[in-house]
Amino acid sequence: MNVLEAVGGGVDRGLAYIGGLTIQFWLGLRASPRVLPFAGKRGRWRAAVRQMAAIGVDALPMVGIMSACAGFILAMQTGAELRRFGALQYVMDVVAVGFTRELGPLLTAFVVSGRSGSAFSAEIGTMVVTSEIDALRTMALDPIEFVLAPKYVATMIMVPCLAIMSNAFGLLAGAGFMYITTKITLAMYLRYIYNSIELRDVVTGLLKSVAFAAIIVNVGCLEGFRTRGGPDAVGRSATSAVVWSTFLVILADVFFTAIFYLLHQV
Amino acid sequence: MADPMISVDDLTVQYGDHRVLNGVSLDVQPGEVMALLGGSGSGKTTMLRHIIGLERPTSGTVRIRGIDINRCSAKELKAIRCTMGVAFQECALFNSMSIEENVSLPLRELTNLADPVVEIMTYLKLAAVGLGEAAKQMPQELSGGMKKRAAVARATALDPEILVFDEPSAGLDPIVAAGLDDLILLLKRAFHMTILVVTHELASAFRVADRLAMLYQGSLIAVDSKDAFRASTQPRIRQFLDRTADAFDSTVVLDHFRQLAGITGARG
Repeated sequence: MNVLEAVGGGVDRGLAYIGGLTIQFWLGLRASPRVLPFAGKRGRWRAAVRQMAAIGVDALPMVGIMSACAGFILAMQTGAELRRFGALQYVMDVVAVGFTRELGPLLTAFVVSGRSGSAFSAEIGTMVVTSEIDALRTMALDPIEFVLAPKYVATMIMVPCLAIMSNAFGLLAGAGFMYITTKITLAMYLRYIYNSIELRDVVTGLLKSVAFAAIIVNVGCLEGFRTRGGPDAVGRSATSAVVWSTFLVILADVFFTAIFYLLHQV
Repeated sequence: MADPMISVDDLTVQYGDHRVLNGVSLDVQPGEVMALLGGSGSGKTTMLRHIIGLERPTSGTVRIRGIDINRCSAKELKAIRCTMGVAFQECALFNSMSIEENVSLPLRELTNLADPVVEIMTYLKLAAVGLGEAAKQMPQELSGGMKKRAAVARATALDPEILVFDEPSAGLDPIVAAGLDDLILLLKRAFHMTILVVTHELASAFRVADRLAMLYQGSLIAVDSKDAFRASTQPRIRQFLDRTADAFDSTVVLDHFRQLAGITGARG
């Protein structure tokens, strides 16, 4: 009976969490137009631009370095095996397809989840425990529109942009490896890459990164809004935001990769 | 008598098995300053959160200007909230914004006033609470008393008809607290606001209030004028006024000490 209760309770909490994410996703989507320039409320777009700088521009060095390192590692690991079969040129295919389809969006999601997902949760959690969210509500201002919507718009725009930059850095690292090992020039490398990847590879990667962005911003904000208690609760929410968003990003990645794989077979 | 500005009728709030408010009824008349008194855990803050519409009651109604805030439309609730200012105990100033931005926020978001007009009105609101010079400062740079004043300036930004204070004197020294009391009286006189002050500071309550209400264990045990309150013979009110501690059974504590002495070894 205890096992049943524990499983039932876990399922109940999981469904409530997913329900909360879904409702918040819908509310965030509905409120998003109000932070856009011209169409939105006056000056509100500035908050979205500030968030875009914090989520995108500030994360660029870390995304760049991580992607370059991952690209170089991937090239070295595959190069070591492919060299034995005299097929070193296929390293370029592996790096190109691996990054555009998978590694670029995934590495970006991990960086944004760690940097911004936790920051969203900590910021909103602090606003909850210091009654700032209550103050917004008593001032007839919608916390979803005021707090979540700028983050929502900024994340959905900047994560795909960062994923493109991640692809670029990863591919450049592959170019570096190929130049060191086989003296292939950058121009030749890029021509090879251009012929090797298809538009579909890039589009599927970008679609994934949009989905990852939605997960990160929703989980980060939901964990923040669910914060109850004092400053220690804020820390717990931030940790929880990173853990849950990373977990859900991986699940979403499996789901999308399976879908694209099946579509490719048809 | 005019229709009450705030009307709480048979308000009951229960969390699980724990009943926090037990059928509380209270009317606050237009232009009146009502002090809601009560000890820690008496249900004051819960009652305040229901009056300002942050939580829904288990049963009972809260009416602001005759409109039930738990059954009205979202549009009506927004209109009611625009006529109501709240100064929270923790001030609840937005730490990412300057004091000026905090005060101008409701003006920018909820009115169509031009930016220069918003700036002038913001300065007037800050000057009214004595913070004209601190407009550009961030909340974390202000003292406790200045933060409270900034919170009042923000609460009055839209010239509300109702102003609610949650523990305005909490954590302030007597001189700063007296200054805040003066500010409440000034707002009442100058703008004829209806003011509800939730507090456990007797001196402050007697200074600013026209009437006082007292909560004890989730029930309202008195709603009276200052003089009637002072003369009350109700035991709990007398205890509150005379600052007398609850009697406790000292034999329980002594037994506990004896047990401890048995474990650690009694001396002498």
